[in-house]
Amino acid sequence: MDKFQGRAVISGQVKGNAMVSKKGFNVLSSYMGALVSNGKQTLCTDQNNPDLFQRDLAGAILCIPQVIGSTTAGMLIQTVAAMGIHPKAMLFSATAESLAISGVLLADIWENTKIITVDGLGERFLESVQEGQIVEVTEDGTVTLFE
Amino acid sequence: MRLTNEEQDILNGKHGEILQKTMETLVRYGDMYDAECLVSLDGPVHLVCSFGMPALKPLSRIMKEMIDAGIRTELPFTADPQPIDYENVPATKQEQEMYHLLYGTQKEYESMLAKLGMKNENAYTCACYFDEVGNTPKFGDNLAWAESSAVVYANSVLGARTNRTSGVMEFFSGIIGKTPKFGFLTDEGRKADWIIELRTSKLPRPQILGSAIGRKVVEKVPYVNGLEQFLGTELTPAVKDYLKDMGAATASNGAVGLYHVDNLTPESKKYGEELIRENASVYVIDDAELERVVNSYPILWEDLNAKPDRAFIGCPHASFNQLKEWTETFEQALEKSGQEKVTVNTIITSAPDVIAKFKETEYYTRLMKTGVKISHICPLMYMSNPLCAKKPIITNSNKLRTYSTARYVDDQELVNLVVKGAF
Repeated sequence: MDKFQGRAVISGQVKGNAMVSKKGFNVLSSYMGALVSNGKQTLCTDQNNPDLFQRDLAGAILCIPQVIGSTTAGMLIQTVAAMGIHPKAMLFSATAESLAISGVLLADIWENTKIITVDGLGERFLESVQEGQIVEVTEDGTVTLFE
Repeated sequence: MRLTNEEQDILNGKHGEILQKTMETLVRYGDMYDAECLVSLDGPVHLVCSFGMPALKPLSRIMKEMIDAGIRTELPFTADPQPIDYENVPATKQEQEMYHLLYGTQKEYESMLAKLGMKNENAYTCACYFDEVGNTPKFGDNLAWAESSAVVYANSVLGARTNRTSGVMEFFSGIIGKTPKFGFLTDEGRKADWIIELRTSKLPRPQILGSAIGRKVVEKVPYVNGLEQFLGTELTPAVKDYLKDMGAATASNGAVGLYHVDNLTPESKKYGEELIRENASVYVIDDAELERVVNSYPILWEDLNAKPDRAFIGCPHASFNQLKEWTETFEQALEKSGQEKVTVNTIITSAPDVIAKFKETEYYTRLMKTGVKISHICPLMYMSNPLCAKKPIITNSNKLRTYSTARYVDDQELVNLVVKGAF
């Protein structure tokens, strides 16, 4: 069992399997399919991200370094939250980019949807967490990795 | 965050629920970054969302509520390019049907933007800072812009101050007329974390240099040494174009919102190496490094040897100066090959106000004779159509390459391809 302490941007509790991307999460590229299909298709469409490409992002516990790419990101996170196909949690090794922060705040305030978000978990978090590994997040921003 | 009485009143709901939630969003956003206060905007906002996509229901809902409440931005704003121009970028019937699904609420959305304070119907461009468009900030202005290529240009080339504001958040700042003071709005936030040592044998292509920098520093601030030996120390129109295209590549291949170029960009000229943080990391870029970066780009075409169906130039939008340069480039290439017109459908995208000015010059007639078209659209939005994404499209834009299936070629290769028609 390995524990990491981050900042709870949107606090909450969740436990499930990690979906890990070593590369930055490009929100526009990843959700393009969801936008085009109006939420019917939830597979990641970012062809530049081999860790996530064609994987189902709905309900995922995303373990990522940071958000990269288009400044539409916050608006799109709000939109997938309104569609009900948002990730359960976003766990950042770095300080979350303003685009990600905007998105989870917009989802919380305007869509009453909490995407549990913890940032600043450190590089070792992303080095340690394995694809599919059970992770647990608690209200105070503690993330536990189970063997 | 410290709020004025007026700001606190809005947050407490004295001016209605919609403004209360708008203010709450900005305040919680600022609190996440320990912003000390809200600062007044010195210029209009620039919106990243210029497309009426049925899927974007949350934004439409908020905008409708604001219109119903009689709310609009304090200053007339600009927005990113429109998605469709069938006259200059034709689409098949099937493609048009798909565009209808994608951008089926475009007219309603544009109507809402007009009611909310959009400058005018020509103000759709990613390069709102062009003189012809007029949303051109001054050194030190506090802003809240979205559109990554515009943000990095405003911060770096003009010395204005804006964070990489997200879509919706920039609109909220325009409504309140303020934005949280943190990040690039502070002196400390504008300091460089990386030193880029340029050691190439010649001026690098801006699209590749920007890509290399963006991939390395991601969201950090780079201070570039060695570029002034090629570009000089003055921000001429050609140098601004170079920095525009380089910056867009840094922002799309990474998440750069501000860069400094030694002895060239305004803050570097004013503060020099005081802008560099202690213990800044160093990244050396030489010819081999740039070659490595170019060779790493995936080619997403089904048939690597396919004849290009279309070529896009101008992502971000081409400047007036670039439109003139491309006219001469295509004329010379066609003359050399003995042809009258290009053989691949070639589109240069630019701002409506720039196109209008260009049309008043002899260059416009000359460019039209080469068969090249000009359009005001966003080529990325064109490529968002899955039917268009399957086509073999070439581009000299690293931003377009990053976000689509378009294949990157450099300027000279693009010209050769559209003249002779195949690889």
